[in-house]
Amino acid sequence: MLKLIGSRLATAVPSLIGVVIVTFMLTRVLPGDTAAYFAGPAATAESIAEIRTKLGLDKPLPVQFVDYVSALAKGDLGSSLSTGQPVAAEISARLPASAELTLAGLILALAIAVPFGIMAAVKQGSWVDHACRLITTAGVSLPVFFTGLLLVYVFYFKLGWAPAPLGRLDVFFSAPETVTGFYLIDSLIARDFETFRAALAQLAVPAITLAIFALAPIARMTRASMLSVLSSEFVRTARAAGLTDTTVIITYAFRNAMLPVVTTLGMVFSFLLGANVLVEKVFAWPGIGSYAVEALITSDYAPVQGFVLAMAILYVILNLLIDIAYGVIDPRARSEA
Amino acid sequence: MHGNVDVTAQAAKTSETPSGPLLEVRDLTVEFATRRGVVTAVSQVNLTLAKGETLGIVGESGSGKSVTSYTVMRILDRAGRIAEGSITFSGMDVAHAPESAMRDLRGREMSMIFQNPRAALNPIRTVGRQIGDVQLQHVQADARNVKEKVIDILKQVRIARPEERYQAYPFELSGGMCQRIVIALALACRPQLMIADEPTTGLDVTTQKAVMDLVTELTRERGMSTLLITHDLGLAAAYCDTVMVMEKGKVVETAPAERIFRDPQHPYTRKLMRATPRPGITLRDLLPEEPAVSAAPAQNPPPQSEARAQAASAPATKVLLQVENLVKEYPRQGAPSAFLSGLLGKKAPPEERIFRAVDDISFAVLKGESVGLVGESGCGKSTTSTIVMRLIDPTAGRISFAGEDISAIPAKDFAHHPMRRRIQMVFQDPTESLNPRYTAERAIADPLLRMGGFSGGAKLRARVADLAEMVGLPQNLLERFPHQLSGGQKARVGIARAIALDPDLVILDEPTAALDVSVQAVVLNLLEDLKQRLGMSYLFVSHDLHVVGLLCDRVIVMRAGRIVEEGSSQQVLDAPKDAYTRELIAAIPHPPV
Amino acid sequence: MTLATADTHPRGLAATLAHARYVISDNPVTGIAFGMFLVLVVCALLGPFIVPYDPLASDTAAALQAPSATHWFGTDNLGRDIFSRVIVATRLDMAIAVFSVALVFAAGGIAGIASGFFGGWTDRIIGRISDTIMAFPLFVLAMGIVAALGNTVTNIVIATAIINFPLYVRVARSEAAIRRQAGFVQAARLTGNSEWRILLTTILPNIMPIMMVQMSLTMGYAILNAAGLSFIGLGVRPPTPEWGIMVAEGAAYIVSGEWWIALFPGLALMFAVFCFNLLGDGLRDIVDPQRRT
Repeated sequence: MLKLIGSRLATAVPSLIGVVIVTFMLTRVLPGDTAAYFAGPAATAESIAEIRTKLGLDKPLPVQFVDYVSALAKGDLGSSLSTGQPVAAEISARLPASAELTLAGLILALAIAVPFGIMAAVKQGSWVDHACRLITTAGVSLPVFFTGLLLVYVFYFKLGWAPAPLGRLDVFFSAPETVTGFYLIDSLIARDFETFRAALAQLAVPAITLAIFALAPIARMTRASMLSVLSSEFVRTARAAGLTDTTVIITYAFRNAMLPVVTTLGMVFSFLLGANVLVEKVFAWPGIGSYAVEALITSDYAPVQGFVLAMAILYVILNLLIDIAYGVIDPRARSEA
Repeated sequence: MHGNVDVTAQAAKTSETPSGPLLEVRDLTVEFATRRGVVTAVSQVNLTLAKGETLGIVGESGSGKSVTSYTVMRILDRAGRIAEGSITFSGMDVAHAPESAMRDLRGREMSMIFQNPRAALNPIRTVGRQIGDVQLQHVQADARNVKEKVIDILKQVRIARPEERYQAYPFELSGGMCQRIVIALALACRPQLMIADEPTTGLDVTTQKAVMDLVTELTRERGMSTLLITHDLGLAAAYCDTVMVMEKGKVVETAPAERIFRDPQHPYTRKLMRATPRPGITLRDLLPEEPAVSAAPAQNPPPQSEARAQAASAPATKVLLQVENLVKEYPRQGAPSAFLSGLLGKKAPPEERIFRAVDDISFAVLKGESVGLVGESGCGKSTTSTIVMRLIDPTAGRISFAGEDISAIPAKDFAHHPMRRRIQMVFQDPTESLNPRYTAERAIADPLLRMGGFSGGAKLRARVADLAEMVGLPQNLLERFPHQLSGGQKARVGIARAIALDPDLVILDEPTAALDVSVQAVVLNLLEDLKQRLGMSYLFVSHDLHVVGLLCDRVIVMRAGRIVEEGSSQQVLDAPKDAYTRELIAAIPHPPV
Repeated sequence: MTLATADTHPRGLAATLAHARYVISDNPVTGIAFGMFLVLVVCALLGPFIVPYDPLASDTAAALQAPSATHWFGTDNLGRDIFSRVIVATRLDMAIAVFSVALVFAAGGIAGIASGFFGGWTDRIIGRISDTIMAFPLFVLAMGIVAALGNTVTNIVIATAIINFPLYVRVARSEAAIRRQAGFVQAARLTGNSEWRILLTTILPNIMPIMMVQMSLTMGYAILNAAGLSFIGLGVRPPTPEWGIMVAEGAAYIVSGEWWIALFPGLALMFAVFCFNLLGDGLRDIVDPQRRT
């Protein structure tokens, strides 16, 4: 097992190096005046020159790269122009909000999509199957920001079931004491059930929006891989040996069918982290996505760069976890390591 | 045993007659719903299987033999249904029994082993637990003693170190070992009936013999009945009491094994019988008696034995291909790459890093001679032929062709070399070797356009038509795409393409392995006729000594990258010198001559 | 060569058309998708000439009107006719998608085929590039690229192409790698075709169908991606009519009940993406030679 984790870590390192190089290149190597980007649209010639020296942009590229990497190693992502705050601090303060939303969306999507995909495959050709196929095709066609707005209109404006789409917590509540940074968990730790309900109410609609988005690819992959496993020869052997449907479907088919689904999760995370930015904008969610969007509007480049880097590192770590999970399920992957 | 079948009152009542057959199928008709409407896969099949009897169901692809066996176990897929007829197993009405009763029956009273054993096992569950699942399901063991019982069964199927193998995953075991696990799975609950569906297809002959001997021994010991589904008459002859021959969903003949081979009644049985390679016959003997169905559409070549005699007696003068000290090494899979280990400063010993697929072999092919290269999977025969074909480069050694050293020309440049047109190849899988986007005509024309100096028009068309005529491919099939042709027709296209440039040497890479025996018989004869007419040499790569013996003048037997025996076909087949060759020959089952 | 081109081609075309007819009649959903595609093409080509109002003309007196006979989709906060804006926006949204897909098809497709067919260093370098792109969440990378390159429509096209690059490489690479040692490719080697010739005349035509399906499916994704970028204020700028930006403009009014401003451009987006996804599935049936009978 340790060997597996070690070998997967070794494959994550080149990805991280690539990520750092690309984020560096995005600002320094591509055409355009980097100092002007960082100085913002309102800058004068002097302030641009000042920033150029301050950021070391007058040095040769390799030196700049070394400076950039050593700053990164110290956790320094520069400072925001508009707030003056260090980017790294802002991002780590806002990260729990994004993580809570994304995870809630993913868990909801998995809880619905996996059983749905299995039912569709087991009862191939039934109404469940047709519904699954329709929903998966329609689901991937939905722009996530549009779904969010529709849900706001229905649940907030029409039905009044949901609170106004303005952040993580209604203004009349105060945030629970930070332990994990997840309001749902922290409020339970503090035994503050009122806050828990309020936080859940705020989280529900954006999480559903993300879940609808992530549902389609997961259900589609579950159905497809379940179908192919169910028609495989080892399932036929298991049936011919008289094992019950439950044993065949759960112990034999399901675990094998999960392998491609786990692999797809990497792609789903990639989509989710992107969709998260859009959903945060729709619901004024105070996560790192809306932080980046606000910075984009004011052409404040340091936060955008920090955001891209943070997301990429997060994504590399998630992929690492997925790889390890895969190795736990599949003995063949273990032996390759 | 009968006490187990207490699922329905009716079943219990009828099972009191112990003298009846174990399995009785009456007028069975099975239909499949497809996009093109209902297709009858099996029609009016009758069979009776007594306790302890082994019945072989023999037929070519599409004969309905597998569907029959699946129906007996009621594991047809969704689209299939029993349209008519009855199946009585141990007094129980299988066709109408509830699913729960069938589930109880499967694994405990009747079980099945399949073709492709590796795919038949759950890849991510240890084999011990898979066998345990079946035992627990049928209450043959409980959680406490299940491991003990599984290890006991593993011992019975002759698995060495069963305690260790209990923890193994299928991918860690060889094909033959996987088949033993599948047999263990099938025998786990001591059923009365075992259905073996092509249990040894894809296994090497020596493994096949070991597996079949084991199955026979274990089923005899237990007094079990066996249904052996196979395309191989030889296998049925060697292991069955009774043989039932099926063709296109119908039973054409059922008789005791020794009688059906001595005195086949139905013309189809006779045709199948003749087409099965066996010792002491010639290629012509494979074809049906009727002279009308000759493979050669053109003039009749001289009788084959005579031609063979001529070839053998003619002084071996001209050497066409000379292979000397050929070696091909590959980096061993899973070994750290040279770069990485170099970086880490450690070097594994060469035998750990390098795998010798071909280990210092030398042989020659004379002009007009056909030489067989025989061996089991992994013996290096295909690597050798691919090197001779100049598609890959050897690690060491020399290949001279018509006096010229062709091993000096790198494989990637050989495509442009004038020698290219003189060495051609017929591939193993006729489907995979044809470009799906080319018509048969375009496929045959390809070498002519590239290297034959043709540039299209009537001349090319005439030459393609000529070649099609030579290989017996009807002209109206020329404009079809590969998926619109049958296996035999595709094989003919592949042969026409190979001979289009009048090559001196044609390498035949298991050209009939994917074909039914009756088609194989025709294709082998076609190849022989073409050789007589065009004076080519063949290098025939195959795993089947009988087939090679029929077509080739000389045979080379390979094992683990080396040549273990070489000699005239007659001598190698009739009086093998090497122990391994003897083992190979003994392992090939064949109908009584 | 004449054998293949002069004679078989028209026959092949007729057979393809016949097969397309068969598929459409067999699977009405694909027929519907073709119909939807035609609507999109007509709107993209003729949009500005068939709309009732100038998509940019504001009329504050008529602001925020609900859908009616005069304004089918209602009007926005500046009184602009939403129906006209939605129709006219088709051209820009489609153009972004078409150009980015064409770009990535050429770059990613060729890189992938070369990678799968030649292997070795080619494969390693191309693999490393696409792995690095894949190490980012794709939409986030697109945000970074557009922000760095500058906020223009061209850069949206480039960013969309870059984030799709690994997908095309992967599909083309695996399809080429499967066929590299296939019997018919070996046979082509034996008949004296050079490696490059095999790549172009044997491998490429066999991979084209799969690449076409891929193109159709990524068209939908490209549209979504571009609309998402303009929704957060990148690329297209107001007052240019574009679906993503129109949804963004309508977002503020959803909470006060003016649903039509965001709804119709959103539906248009869905319509286009849905169309390409259905078309992708349908195309698979048509071009797959195994299923052609």
